Amino acid sequence: MTIQLNGEAFDTPGPLSVTRLLAALDVDPRRVAVEHNRLVVRKAAYDSTVVAAGDEVEVVNFVGGG
Amino acid sequence: MPDTPLTIAGRTFRSRLIVGTGKYSSFPVMAAAHAASGAEMVTVAVRRVDLSRRSRESLLDHIDTGRYALLPNTAGCATADDAVRAARLGREAGLSNWVKLEVIGDERTLYPDNEALVAATRVLVGEGFVVLPYTSDDPVVCRKLEDAGAAAVMPLGAPIGSGLGIQNPNNIRIIKEFSSVPVIVDAGVGTASDAAVAMELGADGVLMNSAIAGAEDPAGMAAAMKLAVEAGRLAHVSGRIPRKRYATASSPLEGVVGA
Repeated sequence: MTIQLNGEAFDTPGPLSVTRLLAALDVDPRRVAVEHNRLVVRKAAYDSTVVAAGDEVEVVNFVGGG
Repeated sequence: MPDTPLTIAGRTFRSRLIVGTGKYSSFPVMAAAHAASGAEMVTVAVRRVDLSRRSRESLLDHIDTGRYALLPNTAGCATADDAVRAARLGREAGLSNWVKLEVIGDERTLYPDNEALVAATRVLVGEGFVVLPYTSDDPVVCRKLEDAGAAAVMPLGAPIGSGLGIQNPNNIRIIKEFSSVPVIVDAGVGTASDAAVAMELGADGVLMNSAIAGAEDPAGMAAAMKLAVEAGRLAHVSGRIPRKRYATASSPLEGVVGA
């Protein structure tokens, strides 16, 4: 299935939790924030939030800025 | 002359200087500048994780969050909606409800879209954020932001990254006179005297990034900014002499030899 990940098409084998998606991306969940279909996903909900085909996911972190 | 510390939303700061984390040549150079600045709060930007690059080095590896409070910004956002989204993500990433709110209205000047800024401030204050909006040096807009619940107002001294110094000192003074929340001059500082001027005008603090990060010796400039902010503040609370057109002698006029 295909999702929109950080604005680009991204293929996964099927629906998966945010936890599994971050693991697949090799991203440390402690260092990021995740938005699922424009709503922030609290860290406590990473396991229970399921990303399905066509969903929009944003994975952000802090970078240098003023 | 006794002074009271800077307090924003109930949190007290010993330093009146807030510094950025952008544009440094390396993370160690940034960390050294932060240490030299004496700042207790640093701004950070919220951006998409670069999933194509496997670099594991993170900005947060170089910021001691026990020493520096993080102030996530919404830089680059052009609408109130996007700024609100970025603020929410910043809160989740940083576990703090403070935000430097930016809504950019023009790419060349990076001047704020004040209408959208006020609207976004209202939304975020309603969600429990401590909102520090980056705004034009306009006393009326600053008053609207305060009415919307901003915890401080952050008028620009000059365009972001321009290093032009305080372009409208009179407005900064008026904004300070109008405001019952802290006034932080944000953007436009080029060198230490600019920071001192901001403080002499009565600003409660100064926020800067480029002036330090872009200096030949960032740690040296950070130390200069620390002193300038302290000097400007001390001069402000100590009460400067009035400006006069003609001289007033400092030495006695009587008893001059040969008179």
